[in-house]
Amino acid sequence: MRYVTVFLIGALFGLGIVISGMGNPAKVLNFFDLAGTFDPSLIFVMAGALSVAVPGYALIFRRRQKPVFGDTFVLPKARLIDRKLVGGSAVFGIGWGIAGFCPGAAIPALGLGHASALIFVVAMLVGILIARTISQADFFASAQKTTG
Amino acid sequence: MTEFTPLMSFAGGLLIGLSAVTLMLFWGRIAGMTAILGGILPPLDRDWAWKATFLAGAVIAPAGLAFSGVKVDFDVPVPLAALIIGGVITGIGVTFGSGCTSGHGICGLARFSKRSAAATVTFMAFAFLTTFVIRHVFGGF
Repeated sequence: MRYVTVFLIGALFGLGIVISGMGNPAKVLNFFDLAGTFDPSLIFVMAGALSVAVPGYALIFRRRQKPVFGDTFVLPKARLIDRKLVGGSAVFGIGWGIAGFCPGAAIPALGLGHASALIFVVAMLVGILIARTISQADFFASAQKTTG
Repeated sequence: MTEFTPLMSFAGGLLIGLSAVTLMLFWGRIAGMTAILGGILPPLDRDWAWKATFLAGAVIAPAGLAFSGVKVDFDVPVPLAALIIGGVITGIGVTFGSGCTSGHGICGLARFSKRSAAATVTFMAFAFLTTFVIRHVFGGF
């Protein structure tokens, strides 16, 4: 039962991405192209998601001590805005502007059966493994777990 | 050009938000694709099973949509090399940045995390900048 719920929650995520247009790199890159073929649709994706998630999270944290399955809400503990967070995010932004896929959009696009999504996902997984290797080599002081 | 789709985009956003809320309610977890994907790469996280199941749902549902004949707009206006290079860069960035659009941009902002706000402003700014440079400084791919 636990796993049925998480499958359905994943399905909801995948459908949301595909319906919203986030899974379409042409649309994402047009959103970023303010000086050219600007398509503001993706602002509405963010607005839709936050209009549910903000009150939803607030209600859950106010009303419940723990989730339905499990003992605690697992929330990121890091508070520091450091170079690793900002630098990593800048690098991600560059990658997003080059390819037009973000991780959460590429996975549902895989389901649509596009080879380009598969190529991007494989390259991204390689990138994640490269970053882990660099982290372990201790180029950066603290190699924390990813949170999001 | 792509068609302006405020209603469909908002509706899709509602589903994404609902997914984030239900994952927190039932499993107590952040719906962040970076951590979910990272969890099924070797070495596997202890809790890899729910992450793999979430991913299965996120892939199979759009596949069902495609199989049932629903036409979903999809176009990749960049060359193969850009997909590969962009993919590797994205993987590196989200790992060091501890999250991506779903984890920071939706879940993090929804719980008013300052770290996620800083991350979101940064990756959005760099995505706008990168697209501008590629399309208007170098004239596009």
